[in-house]
Amino acid sequence: MSTSVETVQELTKTYKHGFVTDIESERAPKGLDEDTVRFISKKKDEPAWLLEWRLKAFRHWRDRMLPEAEPSWARVRFPAIDFQNAYYYSAPKQKNAPNSLDEVDPELLKTYAKLGIPLREQERLQGIAVDAVFDSVSVATTYKGKLKEMGIIFCSFSEAVREHPELIRTYLGSVVPAADNFYAALNSAVFSDGSFVFVPKGVRCPMELSTYFRINAAETGQFERTLIIADKGSHVSYLEGCTAPMRDENQLHAAVVELVALDDAQIKYSTVQNWYPGDAQGKGGIYNFVTKRGACRGVNSKISWTQVETGSAITWKYPSCILQGDNSVGEFYSVAVTNNYQQADTGTKMIHIGKNTRSTIVSKGISAGHGQNTYRGLVRVSPKAEGARNHTQCDSLLIGDLCGAHTVPYIEVKNRTAKVEHEATTSKIGEDQLFYCRQRGLSAEDAVSMIVNGFCKEVFKELPMEFAVEARKLLSVSLEGSVG
Amino acid sequence: MTGADTDTAALHLARFAALGGEAGGARARAMRRFEALGLPSQRIEAWHYTGLNALSKAALAPFDGTKTASSADDSMLGARLGAGPRLVFADGRLRAELSDLSGLPAGVRLLGLADARAREPSLVENRLDAEDEARAMRALNAAFAADGAVLVLPAGVRLDRPVQFIHFAAASGAAFHLRHLVVAGEGSAATVVETYFGAPRSASWTNAVTELELGRGATLRHVKWQDEAALAFHTASTHARLAGGARFESFVLHSGARLARNEIDATLADPGASCRLLGVTLAREKQHIDNTTVIDHAAPGCTSKEHYRGVLDGEARGVFQGRIVVRPQAQKTAAHQLIEHLLLSERAEASAKPELEIHADDVKCGHGATAGALDEQALFYLRARGIGLERARAMLVEGFVAALVDEVEDEGVRARLSSVVADWLAQAADERLAV
Repeated sequence: MSTSVETVQELTKTYKHGFVTDIESERAPKGLDEDTVRFISKKKDEPAWLLEWRLKAFRHWRDRMLPEAEPSWARVRFPAIDFQNAYYYSAPKQKNAPNSLDEVDPELLKTYAKLGIPLREQERLQGIAVDAVFDSVSVATTYKGKLKEMGIIFCSFSEAVREHPELIRTYLGSVVPAADNFYAALNSAVFSDGSFVFVPKGVRCPMELSTYFRINAAETGQFERTLIIADKGSHVSYLEGCTAPMRDENQLHAAVVELVALDDAQIKYSTVQNWYPGDAQGKGGIYNFVTKRGACRGVNSKISWTQVETGSAITWKYPSCILQGDNSVGEFYSVAVTNNYQQADTGTKMIHIGKNTRSTIVSKGISAGHGQNTYRGLVRVSPKAEGARNHTQCDSLLIGDLCGAHTVPYIEVKNRTAKVEHEATTSKIGEDQLFYCRQRGLSAEDAVSMIVNGFCKEVFKELPMEFAVEARKLLSVSLEGSVG
Repeated sequence: MTGADTDTAALHLARFAALGGEAGGARARAMRRFEALGLPSQRIEAWHYTGLNALSKAALAPFDGTKTASSADDSMLGARLGAGPRLVFADGRLRAELSDLSGLPAGVRLLGLADARAREPSLVENRLDAEDEARAMRALNAAFAADGAVLVLPAGVRLDRPVQFIHFAAASGAAFHLRHLVVAGEGSAATVVETYFGAPRSASWTNAVTELELGRGATLRHVKWQDEAALAFHTASTHARLAGGARFESFVLHSGARLARNEIDATLADPGASCRLLGVTLAREKQHIDNTTVIDHAAPGCTSKEHYRGVLDGEARGVFQGRIVVRPQAQKTAAHQLIEHLLLSERAEASAKPELEIHADDVKCGHGATAGALDEQALFYLRARGIGLERARAMLVEGFVAALVDEVEDEGVRARLSSVVADWLAQAADERLAV
């Protein structure tokens, strides 16, 4: 309880990650055309097939998708994005690729220390392997050596393209095809870096793998790509966090995440998304338009998404599971907070294809200020998915009378042996609950914080410990000023 | 839209152009709206689950009145007319000789829309022009609707017998656009039953719009039975607008049509209004039945309850889309919605999209949706007591549906609906045995 009060004081009511690091960077020329795509590919020294793949995605995006404009079905409102008025590649200047942390620009290391991820300390103390992505490129990956002994590959996407082209070629775009949707196609054309994980047969990854994303440079978009492959019987837990400086203009973040789980494999993917949400008047902030999808290809495989979405001016994100293998399991646990003028349209898709596949959806939406929070989720049971089960629980909490909470589930059942259940509730923090707490000497803010944390408990308990602490802090900061 | 000049939309445009000077300003505006929108495509979010390709390709032109119902049709129609006040329409036109206007309390007006427009325009003026810019089917109806039922209840009048609006489609290859209007004065009460059916081989399209206006404290019970012919298309849009303290109870039973879509929009415009929307879908073979509702809580302290159940056999597809909107000023709203689909066969499909859109914080809103097969344990229980499989299934389905039918207030209407359900189940069992 008192910790959240401390946090609030400590963070002095502002976005604490809103600083800019003064670091020289190298950029692609402004704008987007085939040359931009070639430039990025050349910078990364990519093989010809990958450049072709990018160009194909770009042409599809330019010729088939751009003329029809961006998708408009989501409940988010924003002025049209000028895709030519942005830089599509920005890299911290560095002569040679670093071999160890000692060679990484000290300015960069300081930035990550400010963000609360001192790479060195993490390496030694916490035992979490971190891959940090700064603007467009991955700057350092810790713990690589130790993972290598077990055969686990954890590196930047560019490095994986160089070192493990066969894996990239097999799996890239196999879950999220290049032309999947507007932003995925854009990402496929101009993605600059990201993380790659491969866990070999039967290996249980001994530590949490973690990526930290940061947008630093102005007028840049970030387009990273993450690919995680869990071979038969393996197990991996992956954490992802994000921040950006405070700027008045909106910046685009369009990532693609692909997960592949083979027989008996398990992937747990946790996100704490704290991109700059814009100021209290709704100016600035990140547009977070992300495509995340996991394929449970093998029998008895499992993919679990947990997300805590507190940042971004606009969030458009549906981490999904394709339950192909028999008996495979998909899970989605989400807390989404919108305060001030934030908008979130987020949820999941559970596509049941294999027999006896099961999925669970728990979504908690919290709206405050003028925030608009939408849960949008699809549960589809294909004709062959005998015995499929789904349970969905969506709860919305409204704080204040100017915000909105919306629930839009799509339920499609094509097999009669399926059991699909959806439940949703909407409520506010009860006067009686508040009164009860205040009677016992808690301040209004503490009481709200406690009630909100209780509301989110089901999701927080799914988070790895380090993230659960951070998520609680973020939640209280995000809701600051929402209680009179 | 296929773009060919022989599709349904093109035939409507051509007919409208041919009518030339006959069409007034409002109709021409409606036609332009339709022309801009076209028949809804599945790319439109509200039509995501219902495609109109078959309707478009069926090349149905607005009915031109050349062929009227035969004597065989008339006898079929006559056999289904119950007692009590009614307006009967065949092929989109009022059939005065089959209608019955007797026994209504003084002051109650019941007449055809064409008559009302010709003789008493004040009854319908300003009540049919409100249009939703985005709805193509309503626009098309506004452009072509020639007739329909008009019922006006003065303040305080309570009808003890249901009023029936009956439409019979005899002609094939044609489209009928009907527009009904019910105005329930302050404190009045009535039950209105809308029935749609047709000659067995009629491949036609009925596109109806029903406007319901409920004054302060009025109670309107609206029952709709859609029992169109097996090759027919049916689209309908009902809009109920409720003043303070008014009560709207809707019940929709689908048992016919190859493709049907029933839209209900209920606007709770003033404090204390309440509505209850119930619906049962019985579908088999390749039927596609869509129920789409919007309940708009525009004022504080209103309540709404919605409960739809669908029974899907064969390769039938059941669609339910329901949106509950709670506007910022609509504090103290209570809204609840429940959608349940029962899949009887391997190839039946159910799609549901129950939607909550909430802009006020002091509200109690919830929704639920389920889909699944008959409960194996319940079947086992019945069979263990010597009841055959088909009988046991029918009993369970009947129970599933009866829970909603039993909520219908009027005893006569309820009995009628129950017998429709029983007949449908008996036929389903016969088909199963015949296979």
